[in-house]
Amino acid sequence: MSYFRAENLSLHFGGLKAVDAVSFAVEKGEILSIIGPNGAGKSSIFNLVSRIYNPTSGRIFFEDQDITDEPAFGIAKLGIARTFQNIELFENATVLSNLLVGRHRHSTTQLWQELLFLPSVRANEKVHRRRVEQVIEFLDLEPYRDKLISGLPYGVRKVIELARALCTEPKLILLDEPSSGLNVEETADMSFWIRDMKTELGITVLMVEHDMTLVNRVSDRVIALNYGRVLAMGSPAEVQRHPDVVAAYLGA
Amino acid sequence: MRFMFKTDYEDDIKLFPHGGYIVTYGILLAFLAVAPFVLSSYLVSQMVFVFIYATVGVGLMILTGFTGQASLGHAAFLAIGAYTAGYLQQYNVPFPVYFLVAGVLTGTVGAMVGFPALRLQGIYLVIATISFAFIIEEILARWESVTHGNEGMRVKALQFLGTTVSRDSPSFYFLCLAVLAITILATLNLLRSPTGRAFVAIRDSETAARSMGVNVSLYKVKSFAISAAITGFAGVLFAHKLSFISPEMFTLQLSIEFIIVILIGGAFSPHGAVLGAIFIVMIDPFLTYLKDDVPGMIAAVAATFGAGAEMAATIKTNVAAFASANGLKGAIYGVIIVVFVLFEPLGLYGRWLKIKLFFQLFPLYKRATFKRQKIYVKSERNR
Repeated sequence: MSYFRAENLSLHFGGLKAVDAVSFAVEKGEILSIIGPNGAGKSSIFNLVSRIYNPTSGRIFFEDQDITDEPAFGIAKLGIARTFQNIELFENATVLSNLLVGRHRHSTTQLWQELLFLPSVRANEKVHRRRVEQVIEFLDLEPYRDKLISGLPYGVRKVIELARALCTEPKLILLDEPSSGLNVEETADMSFWIRDMKTELGITVLMVEHDMTLVNRVSDRVIALNYGRVLAMGSPAEVQRHPDVVAAYLGA
Repeated sequence: MRFMFKTDYEDDIKLFPHGGYIVTYGILLAFLAVAPFVLSSYLVSQMVFVFIYATVGVGLMILTGFTGQASLGHAAFLAIGAYTAGYLQQYNVPFPVYFLVAGVLTGTVGAMVGFPALRLQGIYLVIATISFAFIIEEILARWESVTHGNEGMRVKALQFLGTTVSRDSPSFYFLCLAVLAITILATLNLLRSPTGRAFVAIRDSETAARSMGVNVSLYKVKSFAISAAITGFAGVLFAHKLSFISPEMFTLQLSIEFIIVILIGGAFSPHGAVLGAIFIVMIDPFLTYLKDDVPGMIAAVAATFGAGAEMAATIKTNVAAFASANGLKGAIYGVIIVVFVLFEPLGLYGRWLKIKLFFQLFPLYKRATFKRQKIYVKSERNR
């Protein structure tokens, strides 16, 4: 069985079929990219997987467990983290506390212990802080630790969002357009990090991306979508040559 | 300027980043310790009110400032705490017991208010909490067997360990101070642990909080419960301080006063609650001053500029009539809220931080440092 599976996933807004009977599988340890023109349903699939939307029909499985009815916060507890296309950081908090929120699924302390800040809470905090520091080092975020998000440039925020997702120690990470709004150099950094996430941290990556250079550089497999349906699936080169994909992008 | 070199993860956790804090807070503590013995009884009494208002302010701050859920119903939580104390006292329940019961009961009611609030946001939540406050006010007026209705209820002096603690005694002052200090300490502890960070996460982006594994509903209810419980504790002290409670004391105006406390002080730090409480408690003496002294002063000024005795008398009556007009307090509140929202959204404590930074960075301070940046790309559709 596959590591992650979506079966006949559909999402209808009234008559609009944003996602229409899409099935795909992600193998453990691979980088799978979803491409497609605007409005093809890529982000909708992400929102279905992270349970922000409820699917009209279809099931989602992760590690052979049906997660279709799992609440949104439960998805993170299972080890699936995500980033957002339009950056959803906690604006009025520091970078550190943003990243520490990523550690939330690992927190074991009770409210009354936290009110008294017992030694166990302090010890836990230090463990979280150490894990966060490892992520900061991995993504070169050292200069920004105590900065407020609201004062940081877009490119840095993008990396911080990735860092926050990594702080949850995910098994599967969903990246929604990791290179949008980044310049060439930042995109190159991003592609190294995505590869490192796979090879060094052993994380499976599912990403939505428009930048074909990045897709070609990192992806093991690619899925092309249009109008909520799967057009083609396969290696980056195969998918780009597929006649339906060419037609969808350039017009037939 | 002071540079902080962090060498240990402890440096990010500890409450006092450097020794300077210990000195300043030590001086403050020393002052507060001797205050009831050296200051006039009027000032000490005002300070007790500051402590009580600041405690409520910290409670409200957890809900509004950190979790981002507005509430205009905190007077009702205060009332529940106060009436629990008044009611249980009749049956000779010892102080520590009814103090705790008041907190637990108010916390439970707070959680119950939190559940319907899960589906409401912004202005709708404000309306819901106002309605809740009106319901409580009405219950207090009608449930005469327990609350004595509109006649109100006498609250006897506090009995603790066989001694009577009168509401003007230094012991009562220290009790209120201790409750405030413990509340602030617990709040700071909360903020540096997972629960507090989850609150802030919910305030800034519910969607992101959810996808980080934060059970948003649970934490909103928790926030309501904690905030209400703290207000309930303050309610017990409030009842003892006033020694008489009646439904018309816990009106919408009191809830608005609590909002003003954190709005003026700054809703992002307990410092703000204390500053805001000082401000709100000083408004009453200010109004008295306005009524008693200002008309005479203005008349005297007019007289020196050549106004006749009759003219001066007319001015004096007119100013006095204005200063004792009925809605003046409400009008002052309104003006204060508008001015602070427009010009000092970070409140008095925010202003203090700016002044501090000005001197730390002198001469490099830029006004734009605190300019709020508008974010246009934030998505609202996933909400």
